[in-house]
Amino acid sequence: MDFKRVKDYFSWLYYQYQIISCCAVLEPWEQSMFNTILLTIFAMVVYTAYVFIPIHIRLAWEFFSKICGYHSTISN
Amino acid sequence: MANPGGDAVCNGNLHKHEKQSDGSPSGNCAKNGIVKEAQQNGRPHFYKPIVESFEEAPLHVMVFTYLGYGLGTLFGYLRDFLRSCGIEKCNAAIEREEQKDFVPLYQNFENFYTRNLYMRIRDNWNRPICSAPGSRFDVMERVSDDYNWTFRFTGRIIKDVINMGSYNFLGLAASYDESIRTVKDVLEEYGLGVASTRHEMGSLDKHEELESLVAKFLNVEAAMVFGMGFATNSMNIPALVGKGCLILSDELNHASLVLGARLSGATIRIFKHNNMQSLEKLLRDAVIYGQPRIRRAWKKILILVEGIYSMEGSIVDLPQIVALKKKYKAYLYIDEAHSIGSVGPTGRGVIEFFGLDPRDVDVFMGTFTKSFGAAGGYIAGRKDLVDYLRVHSHSAVYATSMSPPVAEQIIRSMKFIMGLDGTTQGLQRVRQLAKNTRYFRQRLNEMGFIIYGNEESPVIPLLLYMPAKVAAFARHLLNRKIGVVVVGFPATPLAEARARFCVSAAHTREMLDTVLENLDEMGDLLQLKYSRHRKSTRPELYDETSFELED
Repeated sequence: MDFKRVKDYFSWLYYQYQIISCCAVLEPWEQSMFNTILLTIFAMVVYTAYVFIPIHIRLAWEFFSKICGYHSTISN
Repeated sequence: MANPGGDAVCNGNLHKHEKQSDGSPSGNCAKNGIVKEAQQNGRPHFYKPIVESFEEAPLHVMVFTYLGYGLGTLFGYLRDFLRSCGIEKCNAAIEREEQKDFVPLYQNFENFYTRNLYMRIRDNWNRPICSAPGSRFDVMERVSDDYNWTFRFTGRIIKDVINMGSYNFLGLAASYDESIRTVKDVLEEYGLGVASTRHEMGSLDKHEELESLVAKFLNVEAAMVFGMGFATNSMNIPALVGKGCLILSDELNHASLVLGARLSGATIRIFKHNNMQSLEKLLRDAVIYGQPRIRRAWKKILILVEGIYSMEGSIVDLPQIVALKKKYKAYLYIDEAHSIGSVGPTGRGVIEFFGLDPRDVDVFMGTFTKSFGAAGGYIAGRKDLVDYLRVHSHSAVYATSMSPPVAEQIIRSMKFIMGLDGTTQGLQRVRQLAKNTRYFRQRLNEMGFIIYGNEESPVIPLLLYMPAKVAAFARHLLNRKIGVVVVGFPATPLAEARARFCVSAAHTREMLDTVLENLDEMGDLLQLKYSRHRKSTRPELYDETSFELED
């Protein structure tokens, strides 16, 4: 029962995606091509985020803590 | 106007002709209270306020619309590339091998659009029907095996589809019943073809009868009928104006007016849709500067407008146009193709809608194809104008005159609307149409759709915006046995695709409720309820900076 509702929701979501992105008017092979490209881009974005964001956050943290630490020593 | 070589500066004396004799019109226009009163008073001082809305779409809708077109364009380029490589077979028109070195024929945007965007959703247009276009009709089912390049009929017929697309405002386009008997009688007596033009031997007593009836209906001096509505515009405008004349044309005018204006050879200037400031600026410039380079005054200035604009559902702001035309002494040509029979308390068009004097408009044009359920068009106005056109119009000289059964159908419809058939059914139909229009528009507004136009116009555009929604909307509604007309790019701006409903007096409340219920579901499924009751995209106030300073 609950499973069916989730399934309905996802099919509704996919239909909305098709209608709004205009890929509903494409032919099936074009649609799969578009979906593949979009998924690839999305996956790459997620992977890049996973790999690089922790590093950037750590670097930024070090950078700002250094500035803040520097300032704090001056004020003292 | 019968004297084109006359006074060049003054565009005609508008009030010079005598008042109409009271005898002829009043007898048959007993119900035409407002117009008569207005005429007797000389100047009516109350005009109906114009309630029109052109709500702006939310930003995200426009973004996704353009993204959708962008995606279609990208895949279009891909497909065109595949076709030119020979990987894919090209079904569209292409140049022959020996033409390849000449100027390319199919490379402009319109061809690209037709080939790569329109073709994908072409099944929603030009659906063949196989019954009279009454309030319900039968649609022939067809399928495509090659993504809409060709169609194949399955042989099945989709019965009793509710017709929301035909311009059958008063429900007079219907299959044969007893009330059309007079048309059959005329057919038996006169036959179908006339085989001559009005100018030569093709004038029948039916034409004379129809013309006097049209003049009576419109409360003008004279009228002339033509066999084709489109040609009425495109062939008569060139007879009225020519080189050295100026045409001021609304930007959304119908193709027939545009063609007529171009054929006339006159200079054409376009004003913003229904925007009086824009029109006044053009009029003032025309009067002040005259013709370009030689600076002579224009021979004539003709304002071309329509009564109801078929894509926007807006009604022309006639009181202001008449005021401007009188102020600057221009002529006014009004195309009442959609408004005749459908607006005004007794169906006499925008003149009656605003309660104006018919003598304020110089040329009335209208068609019999919509409210009257027939074919053809008319030009009406002062007698000298009509007499001039009888001699000079190409439609009168070269075109075969109107078929007598068609004329009889128009006579029958017009008498029906005027109440000359001894019943009040015609009037009831006009009232029913106004009632249906208000009901339909009000319910759509309440549901939160963006609809354009005047609240009393029976043409109701519902904005869809995204191309995929256009296709899905029409397909889903046909599955639910509702036939709608969707309109896309060449007829509207690219981003403003819409569905256009035409309410008819033949629609019952149950039919409208069925349609509205389905539209409500569609609106939720396709997320079409964009309305936030925002400001209009065409605000009343004109952009002040584009004006020169007043003296």
